[in-house]
Amino acid sequence: MKISLRSNPLYATIGVLASLFAVASFSYEGFFSLRVIANLFTDSSFLGVTALGMTVVILSKGIDLSVGSVIGFTTILVAYLVQDAGVSVPVAWGIALVVGVLFGAAMGALIVVYDLPSFLVTLGGLFFAKGMGFVISSSSIGIQNEFYDAVVGIQIQVGPGAYLGAGALAFILFFVFCLYLLKWTRFGRYVYAVGGNEDSARLMGLPVDRVKIGVYAFNGFCSAFAGILTTLYMGSGNPLTGVGMELDAIAAVVIGGTLLTGGIGGATGTLLGVLTFAVIQTILNFDGRFKPAFLRIAIAALLLGFILTQRALARGKE
Amino acid sequence: MSKAMEATVSKKSLRDNPLVWPLAGLALVVAFNLVTGPEFFSVSVRDGHLYGNLVDIFSQGARVMLLALGMTLVIATGGVDLSVGAVMAIGGALCATLVTQLGYGLYLALPLTLLMAGALGFFNGAMVVAGRIQPIIATLILMVAGRGVALLITDSDVVKIQDPAFLYLGKGYILGVPFSLWLVAAVFTVMALLIRKTALGLLIEAVGDNEHASRFSGIEAGRLKLIVYAVCGALAGMAGVLDAASVSAADPMRVGELKELDAIFAVVIGGTALTGGRFLLFGSILGAILLQALTLTLYNAGVPAAVAPVPKAIVIVGVCLLQSDRFRKQISNIIKIGGKAS
Amino acid sequence: MSKDATPLLKVSGLCKRFGSVQALSDVSFELRAGEIHSLLGENGAGKSTTIKCITGVHRPESGTVELNGREIAPRSPREAELSGIGTVYQEVNLLPNLSVLENIVLGRVKTGALGRIDWKDARRRAKAALGKLEMDIDLEARLSSLPVAMQQLVALARALEVDSKVLILDEPTASLDEAEVENLFRVMNLLRDKGIGIIFITHFLDQVFRMSDRMTVLRNGRYIVTRDAKGLSKQDLLQDMLGKAFEEMQSRGAALDAIAEDRAGRATQLQVRSLGAPGKIDSLELELREGEVVGLAGLLGSGRTECARLIFGVDKATAGSLELKGKQVKQGVPSESIREGIMLASEDRKAEGIFPHLTVRENMMIALQSRRGALNPVSREEQDAIAEKYIKAMRIKTSGPEAKIKELSGGNQQKVLLARWLAAEPKVLILDEPTRGIDIGARAEIEKLIESLSEDGLSMIMISSEMDEEVRCCHRVLVLRDRKVIGELRGSAITESAIVRKIADHE
Repeated sequence: MKISLRSNPLYATIGVLASLFAVASFSYEGFFSLRVIANLFTDSSFLGVTALGMTVVILSKGIDLSVGSVIGFTTILVAYLVQDAGVSVPVAWGIALVVGVLFGAAMGALIVVYDLPSFLVTLGGLFFAKGMGFVISSSSIGIQNEFYDAVVGIQIQVGPGAYLGAGALAFILFFVFCLYLLKWTRFGRYVYAVGGNEDSARLMGLPVDRVKIGVYAFNGFCSAFAGILTTLYMGSGNPLTGVGMELDAIAAVVIGGTLLTGGIGGATGTLLGVLTFAVIQTILNFDGRFKPAFLRIAIAALLLGFILTQRALARGKE
Repeated sequence: MSKAMEATVSKKSLRDNPLVWPLAGLALVVAFNLVTGPEFFSVSVRDGHLYGNLVDIFSQGARVMLLALGMTLVIATGGVDLSVGAVMAIGGALCATLVTQLGYGLYLALPLTLLMAGALGFFNGAMVVAGRIQPIIATLILMVAGRGVALLITDSDVVKIQDPAFLYLGKGYILGVPFSLWLVAAVFTVMALLIRKTALGLLIEAVGDNEHASRFSGIEAGRLKLIVYAVCGALAGMAGVLDAASVSAADPMRVGELKELDAIFAVVIGGTALTGGRFLLFGSILGAILLQALTLTLYNAGVPAAVAPVPKAIVIVGVCLLQSDRFRKQISNIIKIGGKAS
Repeated sequence: MSKDATPLLKVSGLCKRFGSVQALSDVSFELRAGEIHSLLGENGAGKSTTIKCITGVHRPESGTVELNGREIAPRSPREAELSGIGTVYQEVNLLPNLSVLENIVLGRVKTGALGRIDWKDARRRAKAALGKLEMDIDLEARLSSLPVAMQQLVALARALEVDSKVLILDEPTASLDEAEVENLFRVMNLLRDKGIGIIFITHFLDQVFRMSDRMTVLRNGRYIVTRDAKGLSKQDLLQDMLGKAFEEMQSRGAALDAIAEDRAGRATQLQVRSLGAPGKIDSLELELREGEVVGLAGLLGSGRTECARLIFGVDKATAGSLELKGKQVKQGVPSESIREGIMLASEDRKAEGIFPHLTVRENMMIALQSRRGALNPVSREEQDAIAEKYIKAMRIKTSGPEAKIKELSGGNQQKVLLARWLAAEPKVLILDEPTRGIDIGARAEIEKLIESLSEDGLSMIMISSEMDEEVRCCHRVLVLRDRKVIGELRGSAITESAIVRKIADHE
């Protein structure tokens, strides 16, 4: 098969990521190092998990706006359970994950059973989770806990001065899991089928409704998981965390070559998209001349470029 | 307005009237307040200005009303504009910077700001029309970029506003009524006239109802959409200016945050379907009022402002369900069964 | 060819109605194992409804479907597939974003530990299915990267993978080129020889004659006849399909000749010069006089509708030009055409006609409004007058001008749409299937209306699959076949038999 943008939109993402990284490596001393690369994973661990969940939603031709709020809700829920309610950490995490799954499944059920637009239902979900977070606590709760300290202490040295922390490891493992899920399981392939053409998928006898509910439940799980990673990263819970995270996640997914029209793309692209995000962020940190505001603008510019390219490719095919 | 009134009068079945839902919602809120604390409705006059919860609902709701007016048109064409919150931030930041940092008079700064915001809206429209990109995706780009642009304009600072003319936009009163309300009233009147006295409204509805057929009827859907997105952008810019004026500062991070969702909410509650077609400007105003009344009522009832999104969520999902055929059928079945049992 | 006592598939007495329309009444036919059986009929004859009843998309009110002597009543295409009836549509109902392999086996893959899909087994089965077609397609290729012809073969392979005994091919050749058609036919013959029964639907008569063992004709939702292909003439078949003994057809004779003569002498209204676009129509030449009604006749797919769309400009032409009253008109911009006075009442009422949630009044005035421009509104009084006039004149059954058009019956919607165009004061009006789905009374009214509009000087182009309608309404008829104009009839020479002869005899 010919290597071309059309046959694999991933090349565009790889190109962007590689050239950004190369330019930065030449421009800034100390950029080209294992330490920086390892930190890319650490810093983007919760965005990474969120974006992987969003990938599955978008592959099924849906959208989930609630993820940022669910992350915020999860952080405060976990912090409250561990700190104020005295629940052991694994149990608190388990509760948070179950809540996330149930919440996602409920939204999915509304979307499927009543044929409502995913956009509106998850918008409702955004408001709901946001408010519920403040019901638990309106201010940040710090987590002081031995178990937490132990988990945060987990590190694998990958080079001189370069460590992969618990968050980064969780992200990488979860990425491998998503890769497997999407490529090797029925659920994964059905997600692609539903996103490709829902009517055809139905005609082919696939369990479209169950898959769609599963997609939102899975994304609820991812959001809760990302929330837990956030508590590890920040050492506290705060209902304000995660605001706007859905946007970053969607942007990372699209930059990773997954089509917003569903059915095409995958976890690898999203990993690259998330790393691109992290590289830009790191460049901004390295270079004082750029203001933090540039992050958003750079991401939007990339987004624009990718969407227009996708559109042009789709039109070329028509 | 005339259209809304006419609809109320001429329709035989009340249930079919899309204004019923926001009105019923408002009635509920009013009833709740009558029971829990009638002082909610007290309006007093201080320094020749009206004060009280009712006034607050309107003056604080003014920004969402402006957004909702623009959003109504966009949704009527079958689209949606996610970028209005970001454009608000740009509008507030630009106008404040022009006036405070660069010493422009408001008479120049305001039109420039509106022009810029309109241009941003036009850009959204061009993406949808010429790029043939789904509206959610096309406007997502500006939603992501907008806050960054606002930060660049203000150099990442919060711009304090001292210019009295600027502050008047947010804090001034005319005949005891907040200026922002006059502005909304004026915008609404102009839009309602433009839309209903010309054929623009009907053509927009036709495009949203069946875009394919509109082409066969010789309607230039693309041109209409460009106009509509530009208007939505300009109104968002104006809302941003009002926001900045009301708190005497333009904060590029906070202005307009999640306001796109409030606007969409107001429009949907106001009886305009997200699928496009028939729209009700007045319904969207009612939706915005309902939203603000709900927030204020909860606040007065001791519910922290931060928790207010929960009832908001319940209302929006509830309205979605009411518009779903399947849900209606289920409900009417339950009622039937209940009727038989008794 | 096997001549078993029990047919492979036996359809008897199917009846299906949609609302007030009886789509099928008492349709029966039999499919034998190892035969290709064509299902024929014009638009609205009931072919696709019959297929949908067999494959579980619709459920018939009465009648039975028996497979190998056992009655089946599939509730979904999936159930039909499982019982052994596979369907391949013109628009392939597969997943363009997935691989050939997945399109063949998805929904039936085996899984092992950890829910892991057994791709090896899947690949083996997909290969076997393609092998039955003697085809070798790259299993990993994404479906959308294949031409439509290949995609259809993949769909066939999917059907064969479940061991279908009956294959339904619905317009499979419509978007294929010659070589692709040949390949499909080769595969069809192969499958026939393996004892599979194939129901073949196409509007290409040549292909019907070449491939079928037998053919069943439907008309207006009724079973007409089943014939052996051997020894059947095209003329006879067309007669079955169109439903008339053409020799008896009356013509308006001399009176019509006089009118046609009169119109031919009038000033030119519309001049179409070598208008064409690939895959639509080759180089259309047409001179339309004031008050003249010109029909475009031909079978479905001959290019009739394509002509209409090109003249109106919803499709862009790659060649040719249009002149209205000697003035060049920009082709390809419908709003421009309407401003100039060229209008098209489309055949697809639902997708291209009505604004379902707008009122009858608004639906009637919208073309006039867009002709005048948004800033020059049609006053409410004028709108009411238009609505009142046409509701009365066309006897439109509605609760009033303020009723939503979607609440009206199909025929009444059609009248509202006609009113829309007449209210916009056209110079040239193209009517594509103006009477489809309309009861007989209303049909006569519309025909009368066409006559009086012609007397008022309106030029019209008319397309109808009811040939007698064109015979009654038109002063001149252009006969189309295979996207070309192949002949012209004028005045009293316009008879159904003459049209049919032209279609059948050409080459």
